[in-house]
Amino acid sequence: MSENTKNKAEPLFSYKNKKLITNPIGKENPITIQVLGICSVLAVTVQLRPSLVLAIAVVAVMGISNVVISLIRNITPPRIRIIVQLTVIASLVIIVDEVLKAAMYDVSRQLAIFVGLIITNCIIMGRLEGFALYNKPWPSFLDGIGNASGYGAVLIAVGFIRELFGSGTLMGQQVIPEFLYNIGYVDNGLFILPPMAMIAVGVMIWVQRTRDPELIDVS
Amino acid sequence: MAKKYSNRYIFIYSSIMVVGVALVLSLLATLLQPIQERNIRLEKMQNILASINIEVGREESADLFYDYIVQTKILDHEGEEIDGDAFEVDLQDEIRKDLPERQMPLYIAEVEGDTLYILPLRGSGLWGPIWGYVSLKSDFNTIAGANFDHDSETPGLGSQIAEEEFESRFKGKKIYDQQGNYRAVEVVKNGVDPDEPHRVDAITGATMSSDGIEDMIYEGIRVYEPYFNKQKNL
Repeated sequence: MSENTKNKAEPLFSYKNKKLITNPIGKENPITIQVLGICSVLAVTVQLRPSLVLAIAVVAVMGISNVVISLIRNITPPRIRIIVQLTVIASLVIIVDEVLKAAMYDVSRQLAIFVGLIITNCIIMGRLEGFALYNKPWPSFLDGIGNASGYGAVLIAVGFIRELFGSGTLMGQQVIPEFLYNIGYVDNGLFILPPMAMIAVGVMIWVQRTRDPELIDVS
Repeated sequence: MAKKYSNRYIFIYSSIMVVGVALVLSLLATLLQPIQERNIRLEKMQNILASINIEVGREESADLFYDYIVQTKILDHEGEEIDGDAFEVDLQDEIRKDLPERQMPLYIAEVEGDTLYILPLRGSGLWGPIWGYVSLKSDFNTIAGANFDHDSETPGLGSQIAEEEFESRFKGKKIYDQQGNYRAVEVVKNGVDPDEPHRVDAITGATMSSDGIEDMIYEGIRVYEPYFNKQKNL
């Protein structure tokens, strides 16, 4: 922390804080740049709806866990910090799951398999370890929301592409008009299989790096 | 970060954390349990009604359940009735028991003058258990409707077993062939003629879940055969 921020109260959405949100969506995207959290991207993006639900759940868990870890950062012994992080994430996920089961049962049925996936999402621990442990609660919160949004944006984009071309539907609603099928259009079965998610993410990485050459890894 | 923490501090810190987390989580679970159990009960009623093609919201299902379900029974493996509340029988425990000890719930519904027999089913899909209800018409042969559900089948692939489009493929199928042999319903790849009485089309990309449905129906209906035979001979 520089002298500057210590003396003067920093505005909530200073340039630096805004960057915490926008960078991970763009050129520090956890999926396309850091290539983290790929496992869940391959697993859940067959349809748009589960992608959306998981994106929202990850935003919630990541925002809160970053704040919690940041609040206890000065009293947590570094030797057991990983297990503390894990406990916080796992507890939050259980709380989210229990509350959903009681209050929004339908959503909870949809989430069923994803809840476990949130705990194993490496982006969450990556941000706790890399950011929340050394920063104040508010920037940590923004960083969590930002990274989760970057992750969610890719998830939703891939889910959109795969459901549209794989099943001809979006959010379960038919969108490819019937007459196209009548003149010989067929849904592409490859899109509903996991390899297509990898190809889609690969294409995104390629496009992003072509447009912004400074992202290209020269090593 | 340079601060040194003693082992004592670390022990106390982790003990407090563990006890705190355990307290919060168990308090939450206990508080929410009645609401969650109510949801599960309502969903069961909703699913049973869906198998006789009555689609209602979860909240209304409790009111409407006994308008349609006129009788519930528990049967043994010889088709004899035993005492007990069929709704409370947990199929998850029952299917693990040997046949002679098994309790088999049966729900009898009246819909627009027709008597329908609802059989609960349970089996395994790709990742975990799948379950459902299938209703038979009073000829004990024609399927009137089906409803399936699952815990953890792959979203977008195996999870489609719980969608109405798939469930409706079972309507009108027969479980006995013309010679009266038990065949149940096969779930097959490569597409089928919708009029074929013993086959339905499987789900692309969800072979294991589709096979799970086929086995569940085959095994699940078969155990009720003694009861069917008794009713037919009345």
